[in-house]
Amino acid sequence: MGLASFLDREHTVAKPGYSRWLVPPAALCVHLCIGQAYALSVFNLPMTKLIGITQSAPGDWKLTELGWIFSLAMLFLGGSAAVFGRWVEEGGPRRAMFTAALCWAGGFLISALGVYMHTLWLIYIGYGVIGGCGLGIGYISPVSTLIKWFPDRPGMATGMAIMGFGGGAFIASPLSVWLMGKFNTATHVGVMEAFVIMGLIYFCFMIVGSIIVRVPAPGWKPEGYTPPATSSKLISKNDVYVYDAVKTPQFWLIWLVLCLNVTAGIGVLGQASAMSQEMFPGHITPIAAAGFVGLMSLFNMGGRFFWASTSDFIGRKNTYFVFMVLGFVLYCTVPYAGATGSVALFVCCFLIIISMYGGGFSTVPAYLKDMFGVRYVGAIHGILLTAWSAAGIFGPVIVNYLREYNITHGVPKAQAYNNTMYIMAGLLVIGFICNFFVKAVAERYHMKANDPRLASTAKA
Amino acid sequence: MANETDSSTTLKLILAWGFVGIPLALGVYNTLLNAMKLFQ
Repeated sequence: MGLASFLDREHTVAKPGYSRWLVPPAALCVHLCIGQAYALSVFNLPMTKLIGITQSAPGDWKLTELGWIFSLAMLFLGGSAAVFGRWVEEGGPRRAMFTAALCWAGGFLISALGVYMHTLWLIYIGYGVIGGCGLGIGYISPVSTLIKWFPDRPGMATGMAIMGFGGGAFIASPLSVWLMGKFNTATHVGVMEAFVIMGLIYFCFMIVGSIIVRVPAPGWKPEGYTPPATSSKLISKNDVYVYDAVKTPQFWLIWLVLCLNVTAGIGVLGQASAMSQEMFPGHITPIAAAGFVGLMSLFNMGGRFFWASTSDFIGRKNTYFVFMVLGFVLYCTVPYAGATGSVALFVCCFLIIISMYGGGFSTVPAYLKDMFGVRYVGAIHGILLTAWSAAGIFGPVIVNYLREYNITHGVPKAQAYNNTMYIMAGLLVIGFICNFFVKAVAERYHMKANDPRLASTAKA
Repeated sequence: MANETDSSTTLKLILAWGFVGIPLALGVYNTLLNAMKLFQ
């Protein structure tokens, strides 16, 4: 069997006896690898000393130049997920995972060459563009497959995979530091070798995922599972074509809900360390702040599984209502925690907020499946991820500029974040209203049995 | 025959979950150790 046919969707159909519990680890093989993106910053400082070795020398790259690598990767994550979503859906998960592995590992290898030649644009193209495409394709590749295998628990299934994206940094961060340490010498910073080895490890890991993954045979159902006889209006049994889905108000309302939830979370995630130290000077030291950031990462990851699994019981719309209402209360509580000097209250508020930030990502595939059916959920999810890219710009901008504005207008540092918290709470009010208006998709958007577009995905 | 299939599936499940679970657990443990600094 040639490689092309091995990657075909037809060759990934599960034989009788295949356990559906093999699919989440297959998805995790991909998501744990691409989750490295959250740990890219560990390379930033070493990459500013490639010439000077112990300190930056003339000709060394600046942090501002290196920051573009992550921004490009995020931009291409959203773009490639949107552009290649339909191709991923129609080609099947194995082909998508294999392609993601090639892009992701290839991105690392090209970046290693960029470090070796000290050519920054090679890293922009390698990690930013090609790696970013690997991120986007890899992120959406297992989504619809998991939903098809777990019709009884779609939230939990996608939550497990997307939890891996949050957890990838836990593996990548110590691995990167260890590898750089191994190859570091008095005359050489070990970034290039670290990139090469990580690229090869990630390639092997993702290929294992693509080998394990299977799609269920047509008509397959979990043993003993009977679809609920009385289904909610908000859980559609009909499919909506990917490009029709973007014409519905529901898609854009969910886009806004995700964007606002992520904006609120991402804004504080990047600033948590500085914010905690400035709000509690003398109480939270830089070391304690680093511990706080680590704890937030754990809640970000755990929240992805917890909230997505919870949504299987309380419904997606209600889960987002919880995010918006609880988030509003918590953001409004943060200034009070600062004013009363309650570190414990501050930490609790932020840990729950960040768990809901992660939960927003992991619950949305199941929300889309409820609205638009299973057939194109991966592709629709891909387009929806542009909300993440938008939030990646809005969140940090709101937090950083408001802080600067407050400080230049004489507000003490300890209180400089209060207005930001109230604005984040306000964003969640808008998110609540958007979520409230999400209703069942109009029948005219449903695909009919004789729809010619079904031919291209008949096997899907 | 059915028992063989069952044990082979169980082995595959252990291997697959171990493959992703062990590095993830190590990463979480490492992060948890760092996070403890908040309470020191």
